Amino acid sequence: MAQITNREIQQAGRLDSAEAFMALRERILAASDPNRTEIIVCHGTGCLANGSVKVAEALQAAVKAADLDIKVTGCHGFCSRGPLVVVRPSGLFYQRVKPADAEDILQSVLEGGQPVERLLYHDPNTDQALPQEKDIPFYSHQMRIVLRNIGKIDPTDIGDTIAHGGYLALAKALYQMSPEQVVAEVERSGLRGRGGAGFPTGRKWKSALAAIKKKGYPAYVVVNGDEGDPGAFMDRTIMEGDPHAVLEGLILGAYALGAHQGFMYVRAEYPVAIKHLNIAMEQARALGLLGQNILGSGFDFDVQINRGAGAFVCGESTALFTSIEGRAGEPKPKYVRSVEEGLWGRPTVLNNVETWANVPQIIEKGGEWYAGLGVPHSTGTKVFSLVGKVNNVGLVEVPMGTPLASIVEDLGGGVPGGAPFKAVQTGGPSGGCLPYDMREVPVDFDSLTRAGSMMGSGGMIVMDKRDCVVDVARYFLRFLEEESCGKCIPCRLGLTRMREILDGFSQGIGSEKDIDDLVSLAAAIQDGALCALGGSAPNPVLTTLQYFKDEYLAHIKDKRCPAGVCKDLISYSIDPDKCTGCMTCARQCPQKAIAGEKKKPHVINQELCIRCGICMESCKFGAVNVA
Amino acid sequence: MSTSPLIDIDEIIERYPGKPEFLIFLLQDIQAAYNYISREALELVCDHTGVPFSTAYATATFYQSFSLKPKGEHNLRVCLGTACHLKGAPRIVEDLERRLGIKAGETTDDLQFTLETVNCLGACALAPVMVADEEYVPGATSKKVEKLVKDLAAS
Ligand SMILES: Cc1cc2nc3c(=O)[nH]c(=O)nc-3n(C[C@H](O)[C@H](O)[C@H](O)COP(=O)(O)O)c2cc1C
Ligand code: SF4
Ligand code: FES
Ligand code: FES
Repeated sequence: MAQITNREIQQAGRLDSAEAFMALRERILAASDPNRTEIIVCHGTGCLANGSVKVAEALQAAVKAADLDIKVTGCHGFCSRGPLVVVRPSGLFYQRVKPADAEDILQSVLEGGQPVERLLYHDPNTDQALPQEKDIPFYSHQMRIVLRNIGKIDPTDIGDTIAHGGYLALAKALYQMSPEQVVAEVERSGLRGRGGAGFPTGRKWKSALAAIKKKGYPAYVVVNGDEGDPGAFMDRTIMEGDPHAVLEGLILGAYALGAHQGFMYVRAEYPVAIKHLNIAMEQARALGLLGQNILGSGFDFDVQINRGAGAFVCGESTALFTSIEGRAGEPKPKYVRSVEEGLWGRPTVLNNVETWANVPQIIEKGGEWYAGLGVPHSTGTKVFSLVGKVNNVGLVEVPMGTPLASIVEDLGGGVPGGAPFKAVQTGGPSGGCLPYDMREVPVDFDSLTRAGSMMGSGGMIVMDKRDCVVDVARYFLRFLEEESCGKCIPCRLGLTRMREILDGFSQGIGSEKDIDDLVSLAAAIQDGALCALGGSAPNPVLTTLQYFKDEYLAHIKDKRCPAGVCKDLISYSIDPDKCTGCMTCARQCPQKAIAGEKKKPHVINQELCIRCGICMESCKFGAVNVA
Repeated sequence: MSTSPLIDIDEIIERYPGKPEFLIFLLQDIQAAYNYISREALELVCDHTGVPFSTAYATATFYQSFSLKPKGEHNLRVCLGTACHLKGAPRIVEDLERRLGIKAGETTDDLQFTLETVNCLGACALAPVMVADEEYVPGATSKKVEKLVKDLAAS
């Protein structure tokens, strides 16, 4: 996009006024031709893992002299179809691209070229080709506010970011708005924290302002990029794909609160996010958008990145602060709120990555505009990581209040095989499971809580009939048991005890009294735990008990796992009518438990079988059954 | 693994000011350079930052990223995030445990392999996913795992 190179932009030096910034923006826009063809290759984690680097290299080699650009971007969201290649401005969408497709793609974008049919997305129901990104249901049902630029911009190019609207809000705020007006605008937007609890952001900032006034020292602003929910990658995608949006949001918050130092706490497993944020900061400093005297306004602010070190509990605010201070991240009791005493005892505003990334657009377009999106008490949009047993696995952004079924079915394309979904787990380890019957529930903070689940940070895991709710509840409990910092007893011992009871259920051991014990244990933990890790840990168990009690009873009364998951209650067998005798399973079985001659049906020796499921995974003919 | 035992520990220590708040930064850099944190390294860090040894030890054991024992030449990390769990990741872990004769979290006696589990690698669409050294293995199966271990052992 930006025909002015990054180096030329950096030569502009530190900009000393809003006018200088707008002039640079004009120069960048004037130098770029909006009709120039760009071939965009997704370089998000999913596409990279599927080989998108080689695709980009092949395209680069094929382009030679042609008058077009190859650009790499962050994740487009539709990871299950990667590697993705999108042509702009035409919007032509290619999926599952291989390096060998490069020449054909190139031909198709040159004058008079035809789309490469085999790489187009086909509607699974009608088999009709949908060449345009905007016509594909996965995209057409989305409303991309936070993700608006991801998949369009090169995240390591500040010029490209500026051309797409980056830092307009900052220039506006510094010269046309007072800090109080920035806070008021955020409050008007109705924005609520995207990190889990959904606390109104404007209200948090306002109480921080009051604390600063009372105490007399400046505040810190902090980005929570710890993204602990296992199975969610919203924040990662934002930090990797549009790092300047997070940074700009943070600078705006710092201006509003008069903070001079900020921190970004980023999960250890996200090296690319850290790299892109570092590049973004360097580029912003060079242009005077960060550091001393930002855009000549007299406002000073800088940021440090702290890498997490692999502890889920460090996403909790007080633990996160302790970790930034350099110690083991154990939560502290919250007698005083962190807006008053946070990092090093100073007033501190901590917000989630997605929360911060919403701020620039709220400032640019106004709180009222934002409040008009979504539903009254949950305004704006929310990014979800839609995973599990759903056709279109990926990252989606929809207005708050969108019905659950619409997300899973319209965007997600439903469950593979066409059966209705069994449940959707939202809110990660602190959340709950909603059954198919609840599919019309609007996905917003309050409706989800009323239904017994929660919004959490945006993980959305679709389960089908082959997924066992007891197993899933046990999975989350074990996760939290391992991640508990161990400081308080209800959490440390209570979670272990709950998990032991569920271990029993998964082996068919237990009674209805154990279910009652689980519920009372859960209440004790909810009451007694110091932080929300423990406090919300029983949720997955409680909601699955609420909606799927029969499945629990099947385990303990009938010694049966209806989904065919819990190892001690299942057995594998081979359907002689479907088995072709290819011998694949016999070769793969680690126990050598499968016998049979070539081209004749095979049989599993139940004595030897350890129920690892490898035979089922390896059978191409669907001949292995589990019951 | 791109570890370079040539990096001088003093060079790492000097990267940060001698303040307690840089303890975790130092541990991370040492872990990255040597694959583990030796007692000597930890003592040097304490001298530099002024953090008591007991506190530094507590911090190093609290976080999963740090290892106080040397790790294997090849690092296998299997994702046990929710999406991967539902798509059979536990099977992959058990498979590797059987093949390598170790439990998750352990290193083989010949220091060739370390087997670890992680929670979500951000590639949920490709579940189950594992990472061998720096290479992602999408849609991991027993068959892929077999070949992978064989290739790495020979390399
Ligand atoms: C155990 C635990 C883990 C958490 N992990 C995260 C996390 O990974 N990312 C996040 O943004 N918030 C996390 N939170 C919520 C934070 O404590 C805090 O509420 C949030 O960062 C505030 O930002 P927000 O208002 O913008 O959501 C976690 C909370 C708890 C109790
Ligand atoms: S509730 Fe659990 S994680 Fe939170 S402080 Fe207590 S022991 Fe630690
Ligand atoms: S990584 Fe390419 S679409 Fe997500
Ligand atoms: S759950 Fe395994 S990559 Fe996300």
